[in-house]
Amino acid sequence: MSDDRTNSETTRRDLLKVGAAAVAAGTLAPGITLIAPAQARAPHEAASPKQRWGLLIDATKCVEGCTKCVTACNEEMGLPDHDRAATDPQYIRIVTVRDPETSHSKQLPVMCQHCENPPCVDVCPTTASFKRADGIVLVDRHRCIGCRYCMMACPYKARSFAHEVSTDQKPHNPRGKGCVESCTLCAHRVDAGRDPACVEICPTGAMLFGDLNDPDSAISRKVKEVSTATIRGDLGTKPGVRYVGL
Amino acid sequence: MPGTPYTRGLRGLLAALAVTVLALVAGAGAATAADVPFPMVPKAAAGTQCVEEPGFMRTNHMKLLTHQRDDTVRRGIRTTQHSLQGCIDCHAVNDAAGKAVSHESSEHFCVACHEYAAVQPDCFQCHTSLPSGQSGGQAAR
Repeated sequence: MSDDRTNSETTRRDLLKVGAAAVAAGTLAPGITLIAPAQARAPHEAASPKQRWGLLIDATKCVEGCTKCVTACNEEMGLPDHDRAATDPQYIRIVTVRDPETSHSKQLPVMCQHCENPPCVDVCPTTASFKRADGIVLVDRHRCIGCRYCMMACPYKARSFAHEVSTDQKPHNPRGKGCVESCTLCAHRVDAGRDPACVEICPTGAMLFGDLNDPDSAISRKVKEVSTATIRGDLGTKPGVRYVGL
Repeated sequence: MPGTPYTRGLRGLLAALAVTVLALVAGAGAATAADVPFPMVPKAAAGTQCVEEPGFMRTNHMKLLTHQRDDTVRRGIRTTQHSLQGCIDCHAVNDAAGKAVSHESSEHFCVACHEYAAVQPDCFQCHTSLPSGQSGGQAAR
């Protein structure tokens, strides 16, 4: 009985919230909005499995020689440049792929693929590697012992190890020597209802961020409409990052 | 320890004994209470109110921070009530040039007390010890 009441109250509250969001987003007519309703959760709400954050990257729009997403990522996350390419942290790498038969080549950004079945989480001995309820794969540096097993397990080579002492970190991306780190899909921005820094900066709009679980989101409509692929789909990791023109 | 009125049992007894012995030794040199070292805890920013009672914070800040960190990192809860950055923002200490000091300075709010208590906080191996807006600028490429 009391459960029923609680449920009905929750439903009513949710309805009101949706109504408020629609007003905030500037409703033109019922069902038509100028801007999509804000995706930000209230700060006290935990990440929910109702969402599955994903990224759609159109490799055909990725301009050769452009590294703006990498620069924006480094800036956003406060990644240092020690001019030591082998050990400097990279959350996004620009990878050039070439078809040996036709010599056609193109570049595309590769970051943590935020797998549904992440091998890094499977192998982590301290549960520092984990998948958040909304599908974002993260390293909990409070638990990371720097064994780098996850780096070996990741088929996308997406993780970096912090080799150097950090002194001037961003408040939203604490990072220190001896821990593994990788793309967080800008979880701090996503939690505030914003797009990741790389998506925001991309000059050709090659990157699209959104909720793959929401059939009305732009990313869901796009993956339904055009042919997309994941990297090494044969491994069954089910990445949240998909590519067009791979 | 000052500000920890809840020491009990053997530890409390030992501490009381140590204090007595210290007081006796100090007394031999005609010392006063002013000679007993006490951490110079910097004042918080004017007009701000701590998220909990100062006495409670002295005893329990580490528990609040640990709880908050797991909620934030693992569950994505972004309340700022007990965030480390919140502490740092209110308790920033400026140097003579008006710039906030980092944890490398003994004047830093956290460090002032932790040096006195001889407890090393690990937070600043990863977290910035500077207030928002003054961190994360120099090393970024």
